[in-house]
Amino acid sequence: MTTETLIWLLPLPPLAAFALIVLFTNRSKALSHSIAVAAALLSWLGSMAVFIQAIGVEHLGEHPFHSVLEWLPVGDKPFEIGVLVDPLSAVTLFFVGWTVLMIFIYSVGYHNFGQPAGDHDHPGLPPHGATVHGHTVPSVEPMYSRFFAFIALFAFGMYTLVVSDNLLTLFVGWEIMGLCSYLLIGFWFAKPSARAAAIKAFMTTRVGDVFMLMGVAYLYAATGTLSFREIFFNEEVLKHLAETPALGGFLGFSAAGLIGVLLFIGTIGKSAQWPLHVWLPDAMEGPTPVSAMIHAATMVSAGVYMVIRMFPLLSAGWEEGGPLTPAMTAMAFIGALTALFAATIALAQNDIKRVLAYSTISQLGYMIAALGIGAYVAAAFHLVTHAFFKALLFLGSGSVIHGVEHGVLHTGNHKVDPQDMFNMGGLRKKMPVTFWTFLIGGFALSGFPFVTAGFWSKDEILADAFANNLPVFLVLALSALLTAFYTMRQITLTFLGEPRTKEAAHAQETPWTMTLPLVVLSVFAIGYGWVGIPEGLTGGAIPNWFHEFVAGTLPEHLPVLEFNILPMLFSIVIALTGLGCGYYVYRNVKAGDPDPLQKPLGMVYDWLKNKYYFDQLYDRIFIQPSIWVSEVFTTLWVDRGLIDGILHGVARISYSVGGILRNDFDLPVINQFIGDGSAKVVRSAGFELRKVQTGRIQQYMVAAVVFAVGALAFFLLR
Amino acid sequence: MQFPILSVIVFLPIAAGLLILLMPAGRKTEIRVTALAASVAAVLLSAWAYLSYDLAAGGYQFIEKVPWLPFLGISYHLGADGMSIPLVLLTGVVMLTGVLISWGVDDRPREFFAFLFILATGVFGVFVSLDLFLLFFFYEIAVFPMYLLISIWGWKVTREYAAMKLTLYLFIGSVFALVGALAMYFQSGLNTFDMLELEKAGFSAGFQQLWFPFVFFGFAVLGGIFPFHNWSPDGHVAAPTAVSMFHAGVLMKLGAFAALRVGIMLLPEGAQYWKWLILGLATVNVVYGAFIAMVQTDFKYVIGFSSVSHMGLVMLGFSTLTKEGMVGAGMQMFSHGVMTALFFAVVGMVYDRAHTRQIPELGGFSRVMPWPAVAFVLGGLVSMGMPGLSGFAAEFPIFMGVWRVQPWVAIFSAIAIVITAAYIIRVIGRVFFGPMPEHFAHGDHAVGDVNVLDKVAIVVICVLMVAIGVYPQIMAPLVESGVQNILRLVGGA
Repeated sequence: MTTETLIWLLPLPPLAAFALIVLFTNRSKALSHSIAVAAALLSWLGSMAVFIQAIGVEHLGEHPFHSVLEWLPVGDKPFEIGVLVDPLSAVTLFFVGWTVLMIFIYSVGYHNFGQPAGDHDHPGLPPHGATVHGHTVPSVEPMYSRFFAFIALFAFGMYTLVVSDNLLTLFVGWEIMGLCSYLLIGFWFAKPSARAAAIKAFMTTRVGDVFMLMGVAYLYAATGTLSFREIFFNEEVLKHLAETPALGGFLGFSAAGLIGVLLFIGTIGKSAQWPLHVWLPDAMEGPTPVSAMIHAATMVSAGVYMVIRMFPLLSAGWEEGGPLTPAMTAMAFIGALTALFAATIALAQNDIKRVLAYSTISQLGYMIAALGIGAYVAAAFHLVTHAFFKALLFLGSGSVIHGVEHGVLHTGNHKVDPQDMFNMGGLRKKMPVTFWTFLIGGFALSGFPFVTAGFWSKDEILADAFANNLPVFLVLALSALLTAFYTMRQITLTFLGEPRTKEAAHAQETPWTMTLPLVVLSVFAIGYGWVGIPEGLTGGAIPNWFHEFVAGTLPEHLPVLEFNILPMLFSIVIALTGLGCGYYVYRNVKAGDPDPLQKPLGMVYDWLKNKYYFDQLYDRIFIQPSIWVSEVFTTLWVDRGLIDGILHGVARISYSVGGILRNDFDLPVINQFIGDGSAKVVRSAGFELRKVQTGRIQQYMVAAVVFAVGALAFFLLR
Repeated sequence: MQFPILSVIVFLPIAAGLLILLMPAGRKTEIRVTALAASVAAVLLSAWAYLSYDLAAGGYQFIEKVPWLPFLGISYHLGADGMSIPLVLLTGVVMLTGVLISWGVDDRPREFFAFLFILATGVFGVFVSLDLFLLFFFYEIAVFPMYLLISIWGWKVTREYAAMKLTLYLFIGSVFALVGALAMYFQSGLNTFDMLELEKAGFSAGFQQLWFPFVFFGFAVLGGIFPFHNWSPDGHVAAPTAVSMFHAGVLMKLGAFAALRVGIMLLPEGAQYWKWLILGLATVNVVYGAFIAMVQTDFKYVIGFSSVSHMGLVMLGFSTLTKEGMVGAGMQMFSHGVMTALFFAVVGMVYDRAHTRQIPELGGFSRVMPWPAVAFVLGGLVSMGMPGLSGFAAEFPIFMGVWRVQPWVAIFSAIAIVITAAYIIRVIGRVFFGPMPEHFAHGDHAVGDVNVLDKVAIVVICVLMVAIGVYPQIMAPLVESGVQNILRLVGGA
């Protein structure tokens, strides 16, 4: 089998698993998860095989694995579907393969496989536990098989997106994931909050998708192709795009600029960047493996992957050190803003998963900002390391929740929210594996120096920002400080100190299906950083493999950044300060205590807690007006008012014209005057004439004589 | 002589209809079985025609030509090209599924099926007519039974109003089109109604610009173009299920198709001249229909207005006069046809059981009728343009084409993509998920599952939607060859 064939086959096992589970094995839980995990394993195996082949190829960027099929023959050139593995897709495949497989295995334990069915469980609600011998034990998810079907489809979408060689195939994967996020966030559809969250996620990302589709259409109209390589490896096309003014001369953009901005808006939606970030925290309504899937392995990573992929277009016309292109400016600005903005919100969240959700938004902001200032490799590097440690953190938080839920079942007090960190504390003793792996993930997120992967990737972004764009550097450095702080807040509140509730005291370590993925992922959360250590630091003793490999994706060669110890010192200080402060502030929180930040921050805390009131604002400025437009303007005024009004008006007029004709013309004029009238005239004429017809000869004679005389006179006198 | 496949397809339904009329009214089962047999035959024949169309040869095939009224230049001239042959198949599919869904019609099924089949003959006839007079003849046959079907078997509340509104709109539209057609006939001086001859008549630019709106908009009324769309949602809602399926599934395509064949193909310079108006109106259709659909509380009105929106995409594709746009429009006619037939079928299934179509009163139907629920979700995804389903294969090229002609229109009409997602999700959430009202779940009026015939109908449609979405090659090359022919006339690329 050639590598190309293998790449074609990569996305298919999960799709087959989806079909098999939905059509045949829906009733058997064991069979369903076996199929799904086996599919994930196959795709993982394939991905690793492709990855190993890929790193063995010299100059993979110039000679990637590439194959195309005709899909929809319209236009001068048919739309194609195709696969491509170049260095960027190879490293992406690597992390997607691992995280997806881990999440699949984890889901088996998370959904309580092997436990009895619940006493009162309904499809569409989270399981409530079952009673066995007088004890309450966790119960198995009622829609177990369906869950595996949906995440398998999700994985299919992601694999399709990663191996696609053009924007059309990429968009296919993109949309499939949008659909799956809807299905999975709303997995517990009997919960109104889950339904609302699913709709919100779908609609918000859809707004981004539409802009992206416009970008795709524009790109196609301008170049006649959607293939990555035909566009990016063609100097002339890029130059042409960079020099043509955008349609309508929009803000003085070039065509490349406008296309770039449109595509980037797609990423804003998918990767939950400000101002389309609102859906992602609510997406926590889904089961935790889904959160890991969305936040690490697939969906949000896909958004960043797309802009990294499109970088040659986004940066068309940009030169190292020159002014940024519009799309890059937008990315630098929005990325940096989002990084900071989400980090501040994360400070005031008490739900363990929501903190992680905001940290995801913030970290994605890093990648976007990095790309905005031209740090291509740094963005890709952070994408990979983030995927590992964020998958680890989400799965870890799911394990924590699972443990605390165990305590809830034990005490029977269902009022305790098992996701609220203020109900936890001291879990390190009860759940050691979860604790140590979560600690690794948290330290990676904070950028704990030297040992964690997050340090190296974040440092690379900061170093690039330091060298190229100081304002971005400052914003990102501040966000890094906040990140370290809220991460330590989370770890301290959850695992350190003493249990604040009985439920936390009775928490229990989760089964091996859940802890094994945590251990595997923490290996990468540490080790993956070592492939990208700046050569300047070690004097070239350890090669910066990641930079060399990934930089080869681009046609021109990216210069390696001059090593500078200053930003690295900054990162070290920032990470340690944040972690230290976080521990110091939260180390002594007792049961029932308010957040120690609440008082000093005052009003600001409320703002943060309510996420700057963006939900309320969007309701006012988008949702209400569009309801008004549909309900009042189009429906009442135009359709029923104007159009039907005219129609009914015409009907009424024709009706009354008929009436008028009948009453005012037909009856009086035609009937009485012409119809009846002529009859009357004839009749009355008859009456009058009858008087003449007397029957007397004398009178006739007189009349005849008078007539004759008259006639004679007429002729003579004429 | 070659087997007259098109004539057989066209006259099979009306023959079956007459046969049904001869049967005793009380033998309802026999009537239904006859109807089913006829529709199966129709679908098989049209599928056979679809598959045996020779793509390499292209152009019009299966041609039959017999003089009819030679002194007026009228002939019985049938033929199908890549544009019409998918629509013939569509009609067959809708006919079959319509009969399956209507198995439960108990009020005078004999007349019901007879009228439905007369209508089907008219529809088939329009799609394959190559003679202008013949086209009008079939067109009127297609429109007339609609009045009876709606006003007799329709929803009691609005059926008379809706039937009257629909009939008046369509007849007035067809009168305008007829005037235009007569103008062409006299102007050409060829003493023929044969469209292949009229294509070559070489009408002057002024003549084309003057008469194009008559012909195009006269037919486009049936395609639901703004602001003449208003009859259609009212008509859909008042009509019984199978009639709604026919109506939205194929009749609206009839309007679009006739507008294309008579308007754009015979008066191409007129089309060039007026395309901006069509583009504008179609854009309004797309966005406006979606907005209205979003706030309807009546399930069937949601689908009715969504048809207005989606037919707007067909018109939008036509108006680009580019290859991408028109191929997309051709695909959209088929895709929307099956999708909307499915929608109306499901609405009918829900209504038959719940006896209400008010969305707020429904809920949780996925539990009692999972097949229709899954099918509706699938149809919803088609209408949102989800990749892998037929809607995407149709809408994606349309947007590409529109962008080439006028990017701002593409951007503006893209609003509809978001709104469509909103109303589809809303309906799915409210009707099929969420809590089920107590009286549907238990008691005398408890809602049950659909029968096996309904399931067959649903599956047939779903298979088509998925097959075309995954592998558009099974239809796109056909449509493309039809579009090539049109573009040759229009003088486009």
